[in-house]
Amino acid sequence: MYYKNINLYSFILFLCLFSIGCSQDKPVGLNYQAHYDKEDGGRLINAMTGEPSNLIAMIAGDSASSAIANNIFNSLLKYDKSLNYAPDIAESWNISNNQKTITFKIRKGLYWADGEKLTSKDVMFTWKLVTNPDTRTPYASDYQLVKKASTPDPYTFKVTYQESYAPALDTWTSLHILPEHLLRNEDINNTYFSRKPVGSNYYILDNWKSGQQVSLTRNSRSINGKANINNLISRIIPDTSSQFMELIADNIDLMSINPIQFKRVFPSRKDLRDKIGLYKELGNGYTYLGFNLKKEPFNDRRVRKALNFAIDKNEIVKGVLLGLGEPLASPYKPGTRWNNTKLKPYQYDSNRALNLLSEAGYKKNKDGLLEKNGKVLRFEILTNQNKQREMTAVIIQRRLKEIGVDVSIRVIEWASFINQFIKTGDFDVVVLGWSLSLDPDQFNIWHSTQQGPGQFNFLGYENKRVDTLLERGRLELDVSKREKIYHEFSDILLDDSPIVYLYAGYGLSAINKRVRGINRPSPPAGIYHNSYDWFIPKILRRNEISDN
Amino acid sequence: MKKFIGNSLALAGLVIITIVLLAAALAPFIAPYDPNFIDIESILIAPSYNHIMGTDGLGRDVFSRMLYGAQISLLVGFVAVGISTGIGIILGSIAGFYRGWIDSFIMRIVDIVLSIPSFFLILAVIAFLTPSIWNIMIVIGLTSWMGVTRLVRAEFLSLRGREFVMASEAMGSSDIKIILLHLLPNSMTPIIVSSVLGIASAVLVESGLSFLGLGVQAPTASWGNILTDGKEYIQFAWWLSLFPGLAILLTVLGYNLLGEGLRDILDPKNK
Amino acid sequence: MITYLIKRILWMFPMLIGISLISFFIMHLAPGDVTSTEASFNPKASEESRQKLREIYNLDKPVIVQYGLWIKRISQLDFGNSFASHQRPVLWQSKDKNGNITKGLIQEALPITLLINLLGITVIFSISIMLGTLSAVKQNSWVDKSITLFVFIGFAIPGFWLALLLMYWTGVSNQWLPISGLHSLNYQNLSLFGQFTDLMKHLLLPVFISSLSGLAGISLYVRNGMLEILNQDFITTARSKGLNEKKIVFVHALKNAILPLITIIGLSIPGLIGGSVISESIFAIPGMGKLFYDSVLMRDFPVIMGILTIGSVLTLIGNLIADLGYAWADPRIRKGITK
Repeated sequence: MYYKNINLYSFILFLCLFSIGCSQDKPVGLNYQAHYDKEDGGRLINAMTGEPSNLIAMIAGDSASSAIANNIFNSLLKYDKSLNYAPDIAESWNISNNQKTITFKIRKGLYWADGEKLTSKDVMFTWKLVTNPDTRTPYASDYQLVKKASTPDPYTFKVTYQESYAPALDTWTSLHILPEHLLRNEDINNTYFSRKPVGSNYYILDNWKSGQQVSLTRNSRSINGKANINNLISRIIPDTSSQFMELIADNIDLMSINPIQFKRVFPSRKDLRDKIGLYKELGNGYTYLGFNLKKEPFNDRRVRKALNFAIDKNEIVKGVLLGLGEPLASPYKPGTRWNNTKLKPYQYDSNRALNLLSEAGYKKNKDGLLEKNGKVLRFEILTNQNKQREMTAVIIQRRLKEIGVDVSIRVIEWASFINQFIKTGDFDVVVLGWSLSLDPDQFNIWHSTQQGPGQFNFLGYENKRVDTLLERGRLELDVSKREKIYHEFSDILLDDSPIVYLYAGYGLSAINKRVRGINRPSPPAGIYHNSYDWFIPKILRRNEISDN
Repeated sequence: MKKFIGNSLALAGLVIITIVLLAAALAPFIAPYDPNFIDIESILIAPSYNHIMGTDGLGRDVFSRMLYGAQISLLVGFVAVGISTGIGIILGSIAGFYRGWIDSFIMRIVDIVLSIPSFFLILAVIAFLTPSIWNIMIVIGLTSWMGVTRLVRAEFLSLRGREFVMASEAMGSSDIKIILLHLLPNSMTPIIVSSVLGIASAVLVESGLSFLGLGVQAPTASWGNILTDGKEYIQFAWWLSLFPGLAILLTVLGYNLLGEGLRDILDPKNK
Repeated sequence: MITYLIKRILWMFPMLIGISLISFFIMHLAPGDVTSTEASFNPKASEESRQKLREIYNLDKPVIVQYGLWIKRISQLDFGNSFASHQRPVLWQSKDKNGNITKGLIQEALPITLLINLLGITVIFSISIMLGTLSAVKQNSWVDKSITLFVFIGFAIPGFWLALLLMYWTGVSNQWLPISGLHSLNYQNLSLFGQFTDLMKHLLLPVFISSLSGLAGISLYVRNGMLEILNQDFITTARSKGLNEKKIVFVHALKNAILPLITIIGLSIPGLIGGSVISESIFAIPGMGKLFYDSVLMRDFPVIMGILTIGSVLTLIGNLIADLGYAWADPRIRKGITK
């Protein structure tokens, strides 16, 4: 009667628990290792954890929105494979002798996806929009430095800055040019365009199923020619373990993975390695331990340097990143000219740390903890909910404990973190990261005038020479002179040690081997710089209801 | 007592809980390693002679972490339930004893707090406060007293009309005396049952919070956070999912069995 | 009885005000607001723009003023627009001057959660009545013991753990079910029937996981209820009269056992709109749970308040039904109220 079903039911339930170890491999008749020539068409499916909010990049703040928008829009310039400036909408640019005016020559024969011509009036319109005080964009400040912009003809856009501004060209690589003919009568803050954009780049928005997926198809009028892959689908899958399951079940082609998956899971599964390729690239950011420079004892340079010596960065890279990262000695991406290769990271040296601390007046008390004037050297590390930062904090805690420093860890949700602790200056030490632009300017983070609430010099760093260097760095357009400025800046920063550079982590991706055309090893610009040129051989494509 | 042993469910529950309690109590003595001992040479080792439950992402011994994690799970359970039962008894007694407008008022407060789905409320509050173990316990306690209140109130309402209560009132005993000596002791069944079940639920809630990153924080070990750490490699590092998952399952099962068993035994309505 | 009912209904309005007031203040006690998201911690982003945003959203006004503004809108059934999702309406879709429709956040998330919960309740009640009755009828047999054990395991198992295990087993090791999401990629191209099966396949695991503990609880409840009833005099009488055993169990006993389930149904009504954030996150289902959780982290007040308001209304109604059911079922309390 009923009990037969129940037996079956419980049997199935227990079977679940025991079969995790026994995964069936799908029979693979296809040859993933063979070489294939470039072919047109196909569909690439990737996964995102968050949903885009608004496809007008200047208004949206989140990375999901910009990731999608980057496929739809162009800027005046872009970066090429080796991180040099390359034409996008502008075919060439000329900097005046007084270094304050840039004249962009716009390519002729460019069209928007809806057939309208793309000319300098669109560029002017976009600039006016981003500098308009009513536009809710946080990124206006760079463009507001332009005191005069003009369009002498439909293929020329000219901007004049108040003073020569070295980061200028970089800022023009990240301003998506918007169509004037569609937006001139719209309220940019509330327009439906943000959900149904029209751009000029390789892809147009095909479909956006809220909360589920965003689908892009090829733009036949793309200003840079047709992309190979016809359809890009981004599935919104908030949980990374679900994403991984979808990847190995061959339901998605691409995802970001973590060091353990890269270094341990894939190497243990030949069947996965046969079908999925792993890629790593150095990102443009770093993770650091930041001291509250306004608080004792972190205002004492010896204490900061001592703590720097007491932390073993190699151990952190090995333990947290499984070796998939690099230690740093300056706030710039290794391999770029801004990175001062003469500087060496602080090596782990607990003796030197103890010497510096005793110079600063710290002696070991009877409990083995360092003490000065009756006060134990004790502080709290704050970080946000980020697995790698948490693990890093745990390792740091252990090392500091070894030399007699009592460290506790607190993990806080982001918005509370920023408002309750960072803005108010109510913290000891933080473990955080910076994600930087490709221009070396770091005025906003290190200049002494940027310490206001909500500004980014929240550690309270003040150094007159650094201030001068940062100011000069913004004005100096000559690249080799600029290099010298930022090299000196990095040198001072390393010596002052307001932060401990922990690591620059690699970005790790797992991409199904049906996707071809990916550069290996990854070039300076990263593997995604030529995603328009990737292709999927017909024979390896999934069954799809035919689209062209 | 004989009934207790005869009721195999309750017995099984008690056995399981005793094992867990022993594991938690004896953790400092039987744990082979310091649960926070990081060993980056031994990251993610499968169960073996040196590490009978394997190691985690920082090379820490999982078995030791599981033992100390038992302490955390039980602590969360007991304190949270202590708080919720305490509040529930107080409010339920007052509502059930005095009835009238106090009863209505308290019941309306119960309704108001019940209006916000408790997991949502826990999430919202934990997200704002630091997710420390004390905050978690307090918040779970503060969001689960409503059931006990209703139960106690219901018992009081039905006991009110009994003779021994009326006799007590006739003798002029003070309210507190009646509540503490007569009404409460006879209402213990639902309180005990719901407390035991409440511990089970608190353990599950903590593991759920850990999944969202809002549970007990690093470096403290809890079954929930061991499980969460391993969720991205459940097939590769199966030991990070299997052991804490089973531990949570068995512990919650034990408490549920004990609770239901007690309900069967203590309920005078059963033959 | 009628006066009790009217009193309870009238009580609901001040209660709603109370709930909304408390929720509003709790939300604002939290440090930070929608301008303090991780995305806004970008060295290129300026503080002035964040300050401007705060002004536009009235976040710089005192809390009581913000509450007043919100009450004014709510009274016109205007739940406002989301802060974080760029002005998408909280409740219902809006049309702009060109006729473009932007769907409301709750409008999109609620049906999904409702579907999962209604399916769950159907599954729970149908299966648990079966299991509970069977258990009671064959009390103390191995059937009873194994059902009870199974039910307890279902109650005790951590949901997300089971979810991940099942997803792996049904979706990766074997390709029986989809792993996550609501629809397959070729959903548009399927027939109506195809779309229906596709949706059911995607919802099978989520519904199962979220109804597991309810299944356990209700099965037990039915079992205990049936046991109690089956031992009562009127059943013995019916048996001695020679009535068919099946009829006794399924008609007379079951009818009485199901009455208190009204209470439970009432109490489940507020749960109908609350999705499980964990389950929705794992299965990539854009429901109310995830919407609420994300709004909390983003301090998206209009959405948070919108969800809490609707939730409160449903809860109040549900509790009313539950209390009425309980009072009606237990004659002792019924008498107590009318005393």
